[in-house]
Amino acid sequence: MASITLNALAHTYTDNPTKPEDYAIREMTHVWEQGGAFALLGPSGCGKSTLLNIISGLLEPSDGEVLFDGKRVNELKPEERNIAQVFQFPVVYDTMTVFDNLAFPLRNIGVPEYKVKSKVYEVAEILELSDQLTRKAKGLSADQKQKVSMGRGLVRDDVSAILFDEPLTVIDPQLKWKLRRKLKQIHEQFNITMVYVTHDQLEASTFADKIAVMYNGQIVQFGTPRELFENPAHTFVGYFIGSPGMNFFDAELKSQGDQKAALMFGDHEISVSDAMLTRLHAMGADKVTMGIRPEFVHVWDGKNNDAFPVDVDYVEDLGTYKILSFLFNGQVMKARLSEDQKVPSGQIYVSFPEQWTKVYVDDYLIDIADQAAVNDTVEETDHAN
Amino acid sequence: MQTKVENNKAWFLVLPVFLIVAFSAIIPLMTVVNYSVQDIFDPYTRYFVGTEWFKQVMLDSRLHEALLRQFLYSFTILAIEVPLGICVALMMPTKGRGASLSLILVAIPLLIPWNVVGTIWQIFGRADIGLFGAFMSGIGVDYNYASDPTDAWLTVVLMDVWHWTPLVALLCYSGLRAIPEVYYQAARIDQASRWAVFRYIQLPKLTNVLIIGVLLRFMDSFMIYTEPFVLTGGGPGSSTTFLSQSLVQQAIGQFDLGPAAAFSLVYFLIILLVCWVFYTTIMNMQKDK
Amino acid sequence: MTQSSTTPISHNKGITKEQAPVYSRAERKARNANLRGRFGLVLYVVLLLLPIYWLVNMSFKTNTEILSGLSFFPADFTLENYAKIFGDATWYMGYVNSIFYVSMNMVISLIVALPAAYAFSRYKFIGDKHMFFWLLSNRMAPPAVFLLPFFQLYSSVGLFDTHIAVALAHCLFNVPLAVWILEGFMSGVPREIDETAYIDGYSFPKFFMRIFIPLIRSGIGVTAFFCFMFSWVELLLARTLTSVDAKPIAAIMTRTVSASGMDWGLLAAAGVLTILPGMLVIYFVRNHVAKGFALGRV
Repeated sequence: MASITLNALAHTYTDNPTKPEDYAIREMTHVWEQGGAFALLGPSGCGKSTLLNIISGLLEPSDGEVLFDGKRVNELKPEERNIAQVFQFPVVYDTMTVFDNLAFPLRNIGVPEYKVKSKVYEVAEILELSDQLTRKAKGLSADQKQKVSMGRGLVRDDVSAILFDEPLTVIDPQLKWKLRRKLKQIHEQFNITMVYVTHDQLEASTFADKIAVMYNGQIVQFGTPRELFENPAHTFVGYFIGSPGMNFFDAELKSQGDQKAALMFGDHEISVSDAMLTRLHAMGADKVTMGIRPEFVHVWDGKNNDAFPVDVDYVEDLGTYKILSFLFNGQVMKARLSEDQKVPSGQIYVSFPEQWTKVYVDDYLIDIADQAAVNDTVEETDHAN
Repeated sequence: MQTKVENNKAWFLVLPVFLIVAFSAIIPLMTVVNYSVQDIFDPYTRYFVGTEWFKQVMLDSRLHEALLRQFLYSFTILAIEVPLGICVALMMPTKGRGASLSLILVAIPLLIPWNVVGTIWQIFGRADIGLFGAFMSGIGVDYNYASDPTDAWLTVVLMDVWHWTPLVALLCYSGLRAIPEVYYQAARIDQASRWAVFRYIQLPKLTNVLIIGVLLRFMDSFMIYTEPFVLTGGGPGSSTTFLSQSLVQQAIGQFDLGPAAAFSLVYFLIILLVCWVFYTTIMNMQKDK
Repeated sequence: MTQSSTTPISHNKGITKEQAPVYSRAERKARNANLRGRFGLVLYVVLLLLPIYWLVNMSFKTNTEILSGLSFFPADFTLENYAKIFGDATWYMGYVNSIFYVSMNMVISLIVALPAAYAFSRYKFIGDKHMFFWLLSNRMAPPAVFLLPFFQLYSSVGLFDTHIAVALAHCLFNVPLAVWILEGFMSGVPREIDETAYIDGYSFPKFFMRIFIPLIRSGIGVTAFFCFMFSWVELLLARTLTSVDAKPIAAIMTRTVSASGMDWGLLAAAGVLTILPGMLVIYFVRNHVAKGFALGRV
């Protein structure tokens, strides 16, 4: 069991990388603590599988180092890292029985047969494979095969971490939740560091305590599902997490007269805190992107001081809630209405609570609550959370 | 396997194949059957003799020897070519320019006309003008494929190994290439040894292609004619006279059409039987999937 | 505790490269195994090419030099042997004849095998399994068995000593093989594609030509390669069915035995020239040939 540290890690598949786009993994420093259940969430092609293969040693990073419990493992081959990895498509050794499959990693390292037996029985019990042990692995169903793949990771005592690479892709939907629960249960029982790669936010948030969102080869945010939802550190997180994703619109910082600046979306002033305005002014950022989650948009029936008049476009009824699309200043935005809320039509009024209205410069959140991060941002004009 | 649609009109699609193969297969086969039951002196004088030729063929000790030699030969070359082919396939790089290059180089012997293969070895094995022959004499081996039966037999085997191991190697190579990378990755993570990777990942994936390979090699070696004909002419003595050679000697050399035809049929039936066994095995294996 | 900084790429490659590479035991073992593999492969290829090299070497020598002793390079380099072949119509027509009937056989085999392979891969029909086995059994038929009947058959229909006779005779083993390979490739094409095309209003011929054939292009290439290969290397039938006009190069080569003894240089040159077309063809299909060797069944 181990914590996994990525230190100034970067990876490229090209020989002479010149621009950041040449990197599948852009330089990052990141720590997965011992015993945690983590998800690595991102769209396909964002580099998450590359990152996973670097951790397991199947790929050698072009820059930086991988540390297990503080020890550099770059030079260690996968077989020496004591890592288990479960792949997207179940890998079983067709000609062997389920028992032999599970025993395979143990026999490879010369564990005495009586220990192999007890360990295999133990793991088979947990994975509910006990009655399949004598069957040939070839004839198993996809979910059973995937369980065997996981089991091969679990039988070894010395495993420092288990990596999952979208392990439920080929599993039937009704079996998915079962396997996911099994994983969770295994995690609690074994206290092994687990990293789970997926592109499905639901899978990520049900499995993991903390989620790293990856985008364009970078981890743009690492936090609890709640943090990702309430305080997206990057416009991509806002867009990718939640359904529908965050509403974004471009606003301009306009000074009216001497001190009184305001963020303007067309002719409308979007209210933010004074501290935020001061920060933006200090940064010299006059064009920003603003974002608000549909869940936090307030819909009013009548005219209201803080509310803007908007036109209803259409309403989608999704059963337990409704999604209202409206046109604000010519741009389509969404708001979530609860089931019992009245369905409006024609012109309505919406307001954006200051607390939930986020401001982004160059796609990164301006977070005035976190002073340390703010300083970073000032120095590098790029943001860290 | 997906279930196929039942449709007897598909016969129309198969008809051209049926006609063209039937023209080259059924008519000549009928001729052979016809000959096999007649005694032919000239095209106008022939007598019906029933199964007499078949009896003669079954009892002909020269043919028994040829058959025995044939089986010995086929098994020998299979025993060498299959493991050697697997080894070569395992050594061939799977990616990059090396892959194409080694593929082309390894395949070359397969594209040489069979009599030229014989010619190449005829030259190569001669002690006076051939490198191999000269090398053998050089290391003190009294080697002469033209006069020593053992040397002749070994040379034919060596030639076949040279000629056909590439087929087994390429078959295995294509089988190996079909193994997804993730299997090797999983094996590394499971700390599998090189042998375990071969035994539990590569070999199982090779069984299918190996069956095809063994089938093709068995059949083709069973009908081998041209290469030994050019190299040794079936001699010295009858040390390299395999079934096809005996048949051609009998039919064309001695013009014993009746016995030759009967012999042909028996020969064909043996091949058909072995072929059927292989075919059923392959079909059953595909059903298992 | 946890942080992920996302600064732009800094090129610290130099620093990592300076550290001496430390290889672990397993890695060393893997590298050694790899090296052994490379060495083994090179050794095998060298042994494989040695007889061919010897042939090429000899083809550039005069007969006097060949008979006077062994040498790895021609001391008296000559193109005379090749000149003799290209200057004599009876010689070079052999190549033309061979290429002619091989091409014919390739075209015929593909045209008849394509629809049949489609039928086998898509439909169940009366006698399909038996038909398939019967076809394959012809691939297994020893040519020696058919030698005489073939001669009589083609003589009686007036096709003796024509290219088409050899092309048709080679269909005996090439058509079944073509059906077998193509069936393998076609089974890899999902049936939904056919169904979608029919729903979109394609007729069978139009679907087959416009959609299906492009999908199995590589399979067709590989099949053509195999038809070429087996037709090109076969001699027994080709020799039996021809005498003058369609005589293949492989048969003409036997002429090098003359009263004055063996003309080794000429024989070698003729042999080298029979290897070249094959190498040319395999170069074109090199990327698909691996799959083709497994008859589309991996």
